[in-house]
Amino acid sequence: MLTCINDAMFPETGKAVVRLLRRLGVDVEFPPGQSCCGQPMTNTGYLDEAVPAVRAFASAFEGYDAVVVPSGSCAGSVRHQHGLVARRAGDPALQDAVRRLAPRTHELTEFLLDVLEVEDVGASFPHSVTYHPTCHSLRLLGVGDRPARLLRHVRGLRLLELPAAEECCGFGGTFAVKNAETSVAMGTDKVRHAVGTGAEVLVASDNSCLMHLGGLLSRERAGMRVMHLAEILASTEDQPASVLTAPTLLERTSAARGARS
Amino acid sequence: MPPFPQAARTALADPQLRANLRHATHTIRDKRAAVVAEVDEWEALRRKGAGIKDDMLAHLDEHLVRLEEQLTARGAVVHWARDAAEACAIVAQVARDHRADEVVKVKSMATAEIGLNEALAQEGIAAWETDLAELIVQLGDDLPSHILVPAIHRNRAEIRRIFLDRMAAAGRPAPADLTDEPRELAAAARLHLREKFLRATVAVSGANFAVAETGTLVVVESEGNGRMCLTLPEVLVSVVGIEKVLPTTADLDTFLRLLPRSSTGERMNPYTSMWTGVTPGDGPQEVHVVLLDNGRTDVLADEVGRQALRCIRCSACLNVCPVYERTGGHAYGSVYPGPIGAILTPMLKGVGHDEQVDSLPYASSLCGRCYEVCPVMIDIPEVLVHLRSQVVDAHRDTVGGGGLGWRPPTPLDLAMRGAALVLGDGRRMAWAARGTALAGRVLGATRGRLGGGARGRALPGGRGALGRVPGGGGWTDARDLPAPPTDTFRAWWTRTHGGRDEATTTRTAQEERR
Ligand code: SF4
Repeated sequence: MLTCINDAMFPETGKAVVRLLRRLGVDVEFPPGQSCCGQPMTNTGYLDEAVPAVRAFASAFEGYDAVVVPSGSCAGSVRHQHGLVARRAGDPALQDAVRRLAPRTHELTEFLLDVLEVEDVGASFPHSVTYHPTCHSLRLLGVGDRPARLLRHVRGLRLLELPAAEECCGFGGTFAVKNAETSVAMGTDKVRHAVGTGAEVLVASDNSCLMHLGGLLSRERAGMRVMHLAEILASTEDQPASVLTAPTLLERTSAARGARS
Repeated sequence: MPPFPQAARTALADPQLRANLRHATHTIRDKRAAVVAEVDEWEALRRKGAGIKDDMLAHLDEHLVRLEEQLTARGAVVHWARDAAEACAIVAQVARDHRADEVVKVKSMATAEIGLNEALAQEGIAAWETDLAELIVQLGDDLPSHILVPAIHRNRAEIRRIFLDRMAAAGRPAPADLTDEPRELAAAARLHLREKFLRATVAVSGANFAVAETGTLVVVESEGNGRMCLTLPEVLVSVVGIEKVLPTTADLDTFLRLLPRSSTGERMNPYTSMWTGVTPGDGPQEVHVVLLDNGRTDVLADEVGRQALRCIRCSACLNVCPVYERTGGHAYGSVYPGPIGAILTPMLKGVGHDEQVDSLPYASSLCGRCYEVCPVMIDIPEVLVHLRSQVVDAHRDTVGGGGLGWRPPTPLDLAMRGAALVLGDGRRMAWAARGTALAGRVLGATRGRLGGGARGRALPGGRGALGRVPGGGGWTDARDLPAPPTDTFRAWWTRTHGGRDEATTTRTAQEERR
């Protein structure tokens, strides 16, 4: 499952997952019937509104050996919330389908380490990065040190430790809009820690959290960029993922001057 | 009280308050983490605590009857209070029976919940808090902002001011040369309180636990001031929430290990007081126990929410909560702040008729840290989502479903209905996504004129950023949005036959550009 936000907003992550899994010999399919895990609705309390998405999920993925999700949050929603939504729909067949799919649904790093049993995916990414373990992958799924183990095998990559890594970045779905000021206060602290590491790239396994953090970094012109873990793992010497260098001070001042005139 | 997002603004805009909160919560959370790590079987202990409480809740009626029998047999008078008003009236009556115009109080959340101090004041009875932090809050005409450390939002300079300005009106004044040394502040409070302990004839307490088997009430504290109240006055009234029952004395073992480590980060709390009815010639000679419902049976009836009744008010969830850390307790506008307050308050008060109460289940990013530390394993994020669905349902404008909670659909209602339509089907999703891609292409063409442009590439996908977007809501006030991509994944997948023709397509695109 690609997740709706990746499909519509971050297609590069999806392409990276496809490249990475193919490289590891996995037969990858993208069932076009898929859409969204329903989490935006479920987490906001709109359980009825989440039913069609859960139904679409169950029918799109019926019959596959594994569903790989490049998002801890969406994988968590499939495993922990679909049952609740299906119960609400009062449809025993849907409840059954959901129960069958939950154990076959894996967050990307879980799939790589637990199912494929590879730690070295043959990636190369000669840059310094710091990793933010998003709340749902950390606590809802318990992916633990899987991302770090994968990153440690990437050629040329320098992994810098993020202080207070386990703290929430403040995204939280509609929380980021409903409680925008609190959300920004949380994100600002996260960004300060990340920038403090001096890394070129802030990495996570959830583009929604990265959209929030990247949005803050971009506004602050902090010169650090964000990337999904899949894009780093897909990067090789032949096909390297590009990290555009941060704008120099000169460029930034001239941009600011341009904006003022 | 305004809804949470508005109320939070005060704290978010106050750097001193945020620094106080940050310092205090981090200190306690680090202490807690260290002492919890010492206990090998911590997880098993949590499960045991949760299990005991769940079994108790499943047979709450029987345990309460047993507790009443035991208390009565040991000389206590048992009262049942359905709500706050009944409970306050009982306490006021006891005070009046003894012609008391003041009572001393042991720190208690239950009495705060029912607004006892205010109710007694209406009857001309002064209620004096004797817990140091509660005293600071009371003298400062303030509200508590933390379950365990009610004055967590105050620093010592502020406390010194409060003591100097306000103590005289409440009894013994603070020494004129008082400094903000913690020792001196504590000494001033001690002298001030001692007068009250010795004078009062009636004391009011809550209880952390009530053992049904023996009719024993238990208070756990750090300062010993509570014990003064429990032993010196002639009359004691204890207001106890009905969920505080434990079946047997042996059960205390589990909770006396879980509570101090979770709350103050101590291996054991300094004072644990237990009292069982009346002991002739020793301690209070008249003991009243008010068993308080005040919405608890409603919580019990809620299948998902009832786990909140396991809560032992340790406040570990507050100390780790990133939202509490930034907004403080006052933003929650309720006696119970933080994550537990965000679920308990709406359940005790009911959702669907008060905007402030309805805002509480949304005052969380669902990060799950509260669940991780809770000594009785309350899955707070699960209950939050459950309550959000109750809030939404209470306002659903379905045919005939109007009534109490109806309001016109909000933009969020409409957005979610739209999302249900679009996201419920891959084909409709494809159409909608094509819209963003089209926007991306248009924006790409005009990028030069847009704020961040190609330089603001902090965003995922390394794309240009959109600055302040009209209609972007709270999002773009402080954050950029990534400019939409020029292609959706789905479109790419179809065009390149699942990426298999990617190489050729890329080449064509490059040639085109040349
Ligand atoms: S919910 Fe759990 S962590 Fe929070 S106060 Fe209650 S017992 Fe403590």
